[in-house]
Amino acid sequence: MPYQIIVCGGLAPDPLQTLEPVFDPAKPSLKNELMLPAVFDPWAAHALYEAGHLAKQHPGTVVRVVSLAPKAKLQQVMMTVAQKMPFELVALDGPGGGFTDAAAVSAALAEAISAMADLDRSRLLLFGGWESATRGAGVVMQRVAERLGITEQFLAVDELSVDADGSLVIKERIEGGRHQISRCAAPPAMLAWATGNLPEPPNHPQTGMANMRVIMPALQKAKPVALEPAIEYLRTALPAAVRQTRVVKDVPAADIAREIAEWIRQ
Amino acid sequence: MASSTSASPREHLQTLPGDDIRQVMWRFADRYDLQMLVQSTRAVARGPVARLVAEGARHTHDWTAEKHALLEEFDAAGITAAYLEPEEGGFLEGPKNLALALIAFELAWVDAGAATGSLATHLGLAPIHERGTPEQRLHYMSLAAPAPGKEPKRAAFALTEPIPYVGVETGMLGGKVRIAEWPEGGEPVLEVSKRGRFITNMAFANFVTAAVDSDDPRIKGSCMVILEETDPGIFDRGTPTRKLVHQLSATNDPVFQLRVPASRIVGGYTVKDGVIIPNYDHGAIIEAVFRRTRVTVGLMTSAKLLSAIEPLIRYHRDRFRGSEAVSPGSPRYELGLQQKEDVTHRVIDIWAAGEASASLGFAAARLFDQLDPVEREKDRVLAAQGVHGGLAAVKALRKRQHEALEFIEMQAHSAALRGEERFERLAHDPVIQYIVLDAQANVLCPATKLWNTGHGSVMMREAVSLMGGYGITEDCPGFLGYKWMDSQLEATYEGPEAVQRRQLSLTMTNEVFLAQFRSWIHEMRQIASIEPGTGACTLASAMHLWQWTLNHLLHAADSHGQKLYQSNRQGVTFPMADALCWLLAARSLILDVEHLRRHGAEVIQQGFQGAVQFFTDLCHVQAARAAGEAARICTELVFGYLRHPSWDDDPQCATCSFNEPELRQIESVVPGASGFTGDYLRDDGAHETKAGPCVRAPGLTDFSRLRSKLDGCLAGALLAKDRAAESVQKVMIPAALDYPQ
Repeated sequence: MPYQIIVCGGLAPDPLQTLEPVFDPAKPSLKNELMLPAVFDPWAAHALYEAGHLAKQHPGTVVRVVSLAPKAKLQQVMMTVAQKMPFELVALDGPGGGFTDAAAVSAALAEAISAMADLDRSRLLLFGGWESATRGAGVVMQRVAERLGITEQFLAVDELSVDADGSLVIKERIEGGRHQISRCAAPPAMLAWATGNLPEPPNHPQTGMANMRVIMPALQKAKPVALEPAIEYLRTALPAAVRQTRVVKDVPAADIAREIAEWIRQ
Repeated sequence: MASSTSASPREHLQTLPGDDIRQVMWRFADRYDLQMLVQSTRAVARGPVARLVAEGARHTHDWTAEKHALLEEFDAAGITAAYLEPEEGGFLEGPKNLALALIAFELAWVDAGAATGSLATHLGLAPIHERGTPEQRLHYMSLAAPAPGKEPKRAAFALTEPIPYVGVETGMLGGKVRIAEWPEGGEPVLEVSKRGRFITNMAFANFVTAAVDSDDPRIKGSCMVILEETDPGIFDRGTPTRKLVHQLSATNDPVFQLRVPASRIVGGYTVKDGVIIPNYDHGAIIEAVFRRTRVTVGLMTSAKLLSAIEPLIRYHRDRFRGSEAVSPGSPRYELGLQQKEDVTHRVIDIWAAGEASASLGFAAARLFDQLDPVEREKDRVLAAQGVHGGLAAVKALRKRQHEALEFIEMQAHSAALRGEERFERLAHDPVIQYIVLDAQANVLCPATKLWNTGHGSVMMREAVSLMGGYGITEDCPGFLGYKWMDSQLEATYEGPEAVQRRQLSLTMTNEVFLAQFRSWIHEMRQIASIEPGTGACTLASAMHLWQWTLNHLLHAADSHGQKLYQSNRQGVTFPMADALCWLLAARSLILDVEHLRRHGAEVIQQGFQGAVQFFTDLCHVQAARAAGEAARICTELVFGYLRHPSWDDDPQCATCSFNEPELRQIESVVPGASGFTGDYLRDDGAHETKAGPCVRAPGLTDFSRLRSKLDGCLAGALLAKDRAAESVQKVMIPAALDYPQ
């Protein structure tokens, strides 16, 4: 059965960059946020790779990425992401990052998905990351699904397979390093992915160039989205880095190892 | 002259320049195929390549399985196929010089050996691509195309031989070709013998394009032939070259003794009176090949310089962090060694040199992209006139040179002041456009190779020195020590510095180039009138001085009556070539920054003004440095060949305007005025204690005036350096390097 897979994914600053919050009660941000190199949100990227994998197994499946991000930044990121696998893009030109409101973001995403003319909900699989790397609220995908009327929702998904009868077998992460296995009779369903099991596909410029023929026009007609601020920020700060340095001399390696092991046990 | 000081609050560079800025500056903002190739190559460079270097793969010159695995990475990332046409299995439409330049730049950002390895495959194919017959092109280029489940055939370029042959002079070939069999009515079979030296890709190449000379009266001149590993005879890959650098490329000293059909002669041949006449001799082929590939080599060194900036800034800032004596928040903690002006100024010197060399290299690459289709069209037009290459083509082009000069002259005028119909006709004439572009390319290519690698290696040493002892360890972030050593090879292979200077000394005196150079002076003045802080005016004055000096040297003689500018007088011609390179690199940077200023705001959403201001200051710094170098060289050449006057020539010092008592009188009336006088005689009639009277050369007053003007033009250059250095203190850098160390 060919699916219509929609992957929701935003951008995150390149993890190696120096991230420094700039406090503004109305509009907090990261210092130089728009100048920093960005990547496709890693959790959403896992969802995308899984979507590509599923599409290969089910000919006729279409993968669409819906992304809310600053358009120019999104274009730069697409130069890498578009090389991974074939997909179409629906771009929403709006603010990204960790200070947007999850409710407003999910409303914008749901509206863009609802507006797709050829959307067939009986074949719809809504993918995304279980949280974003920017804020980690972990609620956007559920909100999008609710707005679209998708009630079959799976969180922290690590594996999806399709049985012969078309039912979806889904492994969700639960506590204690174990998985919960669920069976979903048929789409529509929402899967918010954890890491999945697939490696990052290699870059393939030929695939990218084929993708860009549809991605560039999509970027050009990206709909501007103004997210209504619904949150008041009182303070922004980096998590405090705790560094406890102790200078010791002439301590045998075995003692050092013992101390480290005890510290880990605590 | 105006300086770039401004009353408005100054903006600094906020972050290191990202892809968006580079795409605008290097003119591929509208080429998403190239943008993706950059990302794809970068992932290979900063992933598998960097890991190999970090794991110590450079410690052996043997070609290991780990190094060989890089080839598959290149294939998967589209690097191998980037050189091929779509019908051959490639994916990039049109000329590919800029694409290959970007690949080389990205790989060399981490390791130039990997860049060389990737480009050597293209180099091996280049003779076939540039001069091969259509059949040869389709066959061998398609073989080289990677496809799912199919490993491509890989090529090597075999020109260099053990000394005293091509290892010294490309015209002297030790490799020979003779006719082994020539069946009646059939195709001749050639016997090729060749020993190669320093041949890249030789550890795994499946076929080789080799330069050989005729050893048989039935073959005329030299040629290049394609040798396959399955050909009958000896295809001995030889021992690995014991090189100290570029260890991620496979380099061997092979031996070939093979029999091949004559159809393997690159570009084909004709038979006249029982003699095989190759359509192209090896010289014509390597000229077509190297004039393009040398640009990419130059860009490798540029990438190293620019890649050094982030590790240097991080090292300097973090230098004292972690010490109990330096508390967080203190200037020493925050800025570390950046508190010292010397450190930030030297980083700016490296940065400016890296930017200028990258701008020059990418300008040359784009020029060849422009030239390639024009050249093909020119060949078609000449062929239609019955002119088929060689001397006949040279003569045909020379006949039309005056029209090219006319076109350049008309370009300088507004449409209203020139015959627009005539101008349009010349602008659309492929022969005229070829003459114009070719004259530029013949200068920009050797200039890129010479200056980027030569001066680049000097600046790479500076980068290493700015890391202290850390710089020459394997642990140095950014592999700077390796990059420094590698740059020496880049300055050498594909034609060492002397070869590039020699070529420049010829091509820079081409009237068509000089006409364009004159218009570039005007162009710099125009930019300076709008953006005085770029240093464009300084550069224009230096270009004017260089032009005056060249003209003088072309016509003047030394004190022995020997002509100054002549082929064997490399003490004159080579320094002038060096001076020109400085000027061209600074000009390229100014043009790129002007392009960024005009077109960047549309795509760069934040920090644009700070970035433009910083780059403007870098331009000024580099323009001043270039002007200083050019002025030093020009002054030395103009005055250095004059004989210094001697007291013996003129014992009474006829040129002395004053005697000592007169000077004392003048000094009593106008204190300090004696400083403006020349030589003088003492009370006892003796002259001053020095070598001889001061030099007076009435014919050189124009030079002195230009030189003096240029000295004044340096005003503001060091203020720009101070501003740029301040940006280096303030710019935000990533928390860690994005490749292992």
